[in-house]
Amino acid sequence: MSNIAIEFENISKQYRLGTIGTGTISHDLNRWWHLVRGKEDPYLKIGEVNDRSSKATSDYVWALKDISFKVEQGDVLGIIGKNGAGKSTLLKILSRVTTPSTGVIRAKGRIASLLEVGTGFHGELTGRENIYMNGAILGMTKNEITRKLDEIVAFSGIEKYIDTPVKRYSSGMTVRLGFAIAAHLEPEILVVDEVLAVGDAEFQKKAIGKMKDVSQSGGRTVLFVSHNMSAIQSLTSKCVFLKDGMVNRIGPTEKIIKLYFEDNFSDSLENKLSFIKEDLDENKPIELLTAKIIQSAHSIEVMIEYVVREVVGSVVAIKIINTEEVSILTIIDTDNENIPFRKEVGRHSVRFQIPQDILTPNTFFMTVSFSDMKSERFDFYEKLLSFSITEYNDILDSEKRGGIIRPSEQYVITP
Amino acid sequence: MTQDDHWDIVIKPKEKGLHLNLKEVWRYRDLLYLFVHRDFAATYKQTILGPLWFFIQPIFTTIIFTVVFGGIAGIPTDGLPQPLFYMAGILCWNFYSDCLNRSTGTFFANAGVFSKVYFPRLVAPIAGIATSIIKMLIQLLLFFAFYAYYIYDGSSIGINLYALLFPVLVIMLAGLGFGVGILISSVTIKYRDLSILFSFVVGLLMYITPVIYPLSAIPEKYMQYKWLIQLNPLSSVVETFRYGFLGTGEFSWLSLGYSMIFTIIIVLLGIITFNKVERRFVDIV
Repeated sequence: MSNIAIEFENISKQYRLGTIGTGTISHDLNRWWHLVRGKEDPYLKIGEVNDRSSKATSDYVWALKDISFKVEQGDVLGIIGKNGAGKSTLLKILSRVTTPSTGVIRAKGRIASLLEVGTGFHGELTGRENIYMNGAILGMTKNEITRKLDEIVAFSGIEKYIDTPVKRYSSGMTVRLGFAIAAHLEPEILVVDEVLAVGDAEFQKKAIGKMKDVSQSGGRTVLFVSHNMSAIQSLTSKCVFLKDGMVNRIGPTEKIIKLYFEDNFSDSLENKLSFIKEDLDENKPIELLTAKIIQSAHSIEVMIEYVVREVVGSVVAIKIINTEEVSILTIIDTDNENIPFRKEVGRHSVRFQIPQDILTPNTFFMTVSFSDMKSERFDFYEKLLSFSITEYNDILDSEKRGGIIRPSEQYVITP
Repeated sequence: MTQDDHWDIVIKPKEKGLHLNLKEVWRYRDLLYLFVHRDFAATYKQTILGPLWFFIQPIFTTIIFTVVFGGIAGIPTDGLPQPLFYMAGILCWNFYSDCLNRSTGTFFANAGVFSKVYFPRLVAPIAGIATSIIKMLIQLLLFFAFYAYYIYDGSSIGINLYALLFPVLVIMLAGLGFGVGILISSVTIKYRDLSILFSFVVGLLMYITPVIYPLSAIPEKYMQYKWLIQLNPLSSVVETFRYGFLGTGEFSWLSLGYSMIFTIIIVLLGIITFNKVERRFVDIV
């Protein structure tokens, strides 16, 4: 027998747009009439892909469409995607809070879901009473909770307040208590949605650590949704990337996260290698005229032309960031001692050259700025140009390595 | 196709037939207990009199009824001491309406929890009923205190064997409250028109239940409408309760049997509807 813990098969979920009112009853009656005659639900055939930005043409929308994948036992699977991609809907269906419109999910073992911390907390009850309440809602028995009570209280770090009504707690304390209870669940399958986003940095660290323990001990299967990529990276080994309610890609976390970031920049991914300023602003003392990137096998050359209208103290700086918004480097023209800080009136040009093969494959954006390095910024263009570095196909070019730089020549490795 | 038997949990769009999942409800019995505990603990937190409120409520209602219906309106009470007569009616009616309200509120009161965690939804209304039963049993003590006082006082009240039907009566009242409540709550989550309708219909229902008057006190000229009261399944339950404990009123196996069948049907209907609605609830509330 295989060791598949959860199997999603063609899961789809349809939602109706707009409000429920007099208009809905005609649809309900029509649906009922189809069912009575043993026919299929007529509204399941229509509906459109969940793209929130465009105006809907139909009253129905597919929050999820034909989701199929399998999760092996012991896997820690991350689910990523933009807001509205269907992540939470998927978890809700798996947690049996709502039902799918079509499709089947099969799972082995108990499922405990953490769509929210402190579900069912009652303000009038004390912390201790709420531990029992919340634990039972999450599926623990009274004995189990009694056994773990001390541990839960210790983890939450609110011993002093345990016999005070929860309504007197600060929001942070409530979250701590809620997470402490959830962290002591022992289901075969744990479903976690974005709960780590709350609490202070110290507690987040503690929570991630606990999640790691949970997932690494005892072969438990964990499904984890988050927008916090570093949490996803440190917790999960595999990832599902949802887009517009469909599975875009499944694979190793590193690779999927990169895809996700690239996708976020998909509009700007068309590399823009040159720029010519058209409407010049005569009031600026110094202004960009053209910018150009020339890529060759081993280097990237950036050519910048600018005009100086009055004598000014300014540098020309370029900054390069990657799709994950990580800043790679900043170069300033005055790094070259022969280029003066004080710029004379007239047309000037400057050339920056960067060795290309120190950067790992990615897409990069270049920002150009003219400033006096203190308070005055004369001219500024964010993400003006972009360029990509593709695979090198050499020994260092392994996806598993990740990272930002690969200074191949500079490594010193001794046996 | 994979066989569904290998799996512990199978999630599908729609379950066919009736899935009571009583086994699962049993697994969650601790939750049930905690819900009941919460209901009691939370209601009387930050009060000085605490559980004494259980008694104050029916005592005041009895006093008001005695003054208004017994004194001012002069409605006969089958020769029974008025407070005892009203208290018997109030006990039954309060229990019924408490069951009804708790069951009706199932979805709305628990919307937050229901949309975040799965547990057998039936646990919530069952816990509500359990709370109502405990509350009613506590109030029964008050009734017996009054009872003892009037016996000591020399009133001719005769408890008889029909008092043994009490557990059955409790189940019937609970069943009626539960069934109707769950039906209301299931149909009102989508179209809320009905909850507005039900809230005042239930209020009026008390007047066609022999709570403030005995069946025997219906004047001659309204006799042709008596069937309306007899059609109300609550009537025979209230009358039987008075008959068993106080010795007056009307009792017939026929009308009690009618109420019994009515209860069974309404409970089944309620559970079937609940079953259908609980899984889609989150999307339509």
